[in-house]
Parts: sequence; C-alpha cells; structure tokens
Amino acid sequence: MATLEVLGFGENGWGALLLVAAGVTLAVTAAALAIGAVLGTIVAAAKLSHSRLLNFLGHLYTTIFRGVPELLIIYLIYFGGSSAVTAVGKAMGYQGFLGLPSFLAGAFAVGVISGSYQAEVFRGAYLAISKGELEAASAIGMHRGLRLRRIIMPQVLRYALPGISNVWQLSLKDSALVSVTGLAELMRTSQVAAGSTRQYFLFFVVGGCLYLILTSLSDQIFNRAERRANRSMPSAMGQV
Amino acid sequence: MDFAFLSETTMTLLAAVPTTLALFSLSVAIGGLLALLIVWMRVGGNPVLSAFAKGYIFVFRGSPLLIQMFLVFYGLAQFKVIRDGPLWPLLREPFVCAVLSLALCTAGYSAEIFRGGIRSVSPREIEAARSIGMSGFLLVRRIIAPIAFRYALPSYSTEVVLMMKSTSLASLVTVWEVTGVAQRLISHSYRTMEVFLCAAIIYLILNFIVLQAMALLERSLSKHLRAPPVKP
Repeated sequence: MATLEVLGFGENGWGALLLVAAGVTLAVTAAALAIGAVLGTIVAAAKLSHSRLLNFLGHLYTTIFRGVPELLIIYLIYFGGSSAVTAVGKAMGYQGFLGLPSFLAGAFAVGVISGSYQAEVFRGAYLAISKGELEAASAIGMHRGLRLRRIIMPQVLRYALPGISNVWQLSLKDSALVSVTGLAELMRTSQVAAGSTRQYFLFFVVGGCLYLILTSLSDQIFNRAERRANRSMPSAMGQV
Repeated sequence: MDFAFLSETTMTLLAAVPTTLALFSLSVAIGGLLALLIVWMRVGGNPVLSAFAKGYIFVFRGSPLLIQMFLVFYGLAQFKVIRDGPLWPLLREPFVCAVLSLALCTAGYSAEIFRGGIRSVSPREIEAARSIGMSGFLLVRRIIAPIAFRYALPSYSTEVVLMMKSTSLASLVTVWEVTGVAQRLISHSYRTMEVFLCAAIIYLILNFIVLQAMALLERSLSKHLRAPPVKP
C-alpha cells in the first residue's frame, strides 16, 4: 500500500502536487499558444506580404525555429534572457546574477517555437480563402479593416483550427522541456517526486499518464470545436 | 564579433556531431523497422494485435519524449530483474537508453505516417494485383509497399527532421551530443547568443542535408510520374 500512499493526497503523498503541476503545464502551454498566435500572425503576414525583406525575415524565422532543437531554443531564451536581465540589473546598481522567472521564460520559449508552426498554419488558412470572396468584399466597398474582420478572420480561424490543434499538442509536449529551467510543471514535479521517493518507474509512468490525459482531453475539446466551427458547412449537413 | 571564440566554439561543437549523427541514424533505423512491425499489426486484421498497435501509438504519441526517455533511463534501473538480467550491460549505458527511447517514440509517429500511406494506395491497384494472382507478401512487396512508401515520404521526411531535433534530449540523460555540449559552453562562458548561433547553424546544415537526401529519394521514386524527356 506504499504505492497508494506516495501517490495519495496525504502528508507523504505527491497526488496534490502532481495535479497542481499538471495545471502549471496547462498554463504554460496556454500562455505559449497565445504568445505563439501573436508571433505566428505577424510572421504569416510577413511571409504573405509583397515586400522582399519581410518575406525573407518571415522565412528566416520559420526556418530557424522549426529547424533547431526546442531544447536549444529554451536554453537561448532562459540563459540569454537571464544575462540580459542581469545586465539591466548591473546598470541599475545591482550586483550578482538575476534569473528570468522560469514561467515567463518557458512560456516565451515554447511560444516562439509554436509561433513558427502557427505562422505556417495561418498562412495556409489564408491561402485557402477563395479569391472570389475577397474580391466580392472589395467590390461592395469594404475597406481593409472591415474585410479583415468580417471576411478574412472568421474563415482563417475555421481553416486554421485543425492546425492549431496540432500545434497545441506539440506545445503541450514541448512544455515538458521547460522543466530544465526548474519550473515545477508536470515533468519537473514527476522528476522531483521520483528522485525523493526513489520510485522512478512509478512516478514517470504516472506523469506520462497525466500527459496522456491532457493530450486526449484536449484532442476531444478541439474535435468539438472543429465540429462547431464547421456546423454550417455542407459536409456537416451531409450534402457532400 | 569575437572570431576566435566563435571558431573555438564551432570546433568544440563539431566534435559532438558524430554522437548526434549516431543517435539519429540508429534511432531512425531501429524506429523505422519497429514502425513497420506496428503498422503491420495495426492494419493486419487481427483485432488483438490491432488494439495493441493502437494503444502503442496512443501512448507514444500522446506523452512527451522526455518522460519516455527518463522512464527508460531511470525507471528500468529500479528493477532488480533488469539489473541482474542479461541486457543490463547494454541498458546501463545512457547512449543505448537514448537510442531505445528515441526509436520507440519515432516508431509510434512513423507507424501512423505509414498507415496514411497504405490507406492512400488505390484499391483498384490492389484488385488488379489480386486478379493476376498476387496475394500475401508478394502483394505487399510488389504493389502496396512501394506505392505506400512514396505517398508517405513527404510526411516521413518531416518526422525524420523532428528526430534530428529530438536527439538533443539525449543530453538530459548525460549523452554529450551537440545541444548538451552547447549548454555546457553557455553555462561556462555566459555567451549565450554566440554559442546558440554556432549550434543552430550546425543543426540547420544537418537538417538541410537530410531534407535534400529525402527529396532526392522522392525524386528517384517518382520517376514514372514526371513527364518523359522531349526527344530532340
């Protein structure tokens, strides 16, 4: 029954901590997805623009952040950000090392990575809008902002939803790497629990199961969202 | 720009490239074979094997690679049966554990990719093969496998690039490949940007080579789909 005790919610149990850690994992991933959505929109706009320079910069961003290991990017942002903060601290008269908050660094790092994937998703979704609709919108006199809000945004979001669901799953798994910065998310907490109880196998299995629950639950939520977003489409009404 | 530091860093990182390549090639090869086995179980028609393959794919695609790697590296060593078993001299090596977990993980992803390829083989071609008397392994070898592999190749090359990036996790189980060495250099020198730049360029070049090789393979597999050369 020792197993039940270490996993339980009692004094020696890790159950509550693991559940909190799963919440932290969700929070990091959600923050990363939001940051990635902003970055992804900017990069997609750059890649779709007619300016050569912006095109190049957009391609550079997606090539680097999709081609370099996630772990390396997390190191870059955590250590790079920390030394930047330390330099600022020095300028303001504080001696010694200042660390970047690990939640912030982790969410930003995973966000930068997910931004490079979301840029491709948004670009593909924009290109999927039929040219006729854009022309029709201009023809009845919609200016750019109105066209963006009424015609482009709703459709891009619908076409992008399956891709965003993929990116969410990727980010959920990438968020495990944030554990190297010491943030007490699910991976890190499983590691600490495994180390201090010497029950490595048990805690990594439990941690893995919690990840499986997170990924399969979010999969179902995205499936429902997709069905809802497509409810007015012909295939949803059985006409295809 | 401190070129002396940059070139020194690059040399140190290049020394770790063979480890990265060894991790990569071994895990892609073993993972590919394992994926074939799993996809065979998945589409073979036996409900028990198919359920097992589904479970395998669900588990390995649904959880982070890092936790799988730690499970193999720290988790297995906990059991006395394994420590006394014949495989212990292998399983105690971090390199072997890293390859094992990378291969197990990529097998899950690749199996789904291969299944997608198999599903896109036109039923007519299979029917045609059956009508001239092919069945079983011959049908798979001559008709299904070549067509499915060609369809699966674009997604498979993405997966292979992901594997190149995933080898970086081996540094967390003390295998000193490029990312691990880069991390050590960063924590010694605090010159994050320069070290990152050198390591990033190495990975980008490796991935570029892999993608080019895959594109070449794809080209040579789809010769018959290209327009014939115009005769002068």
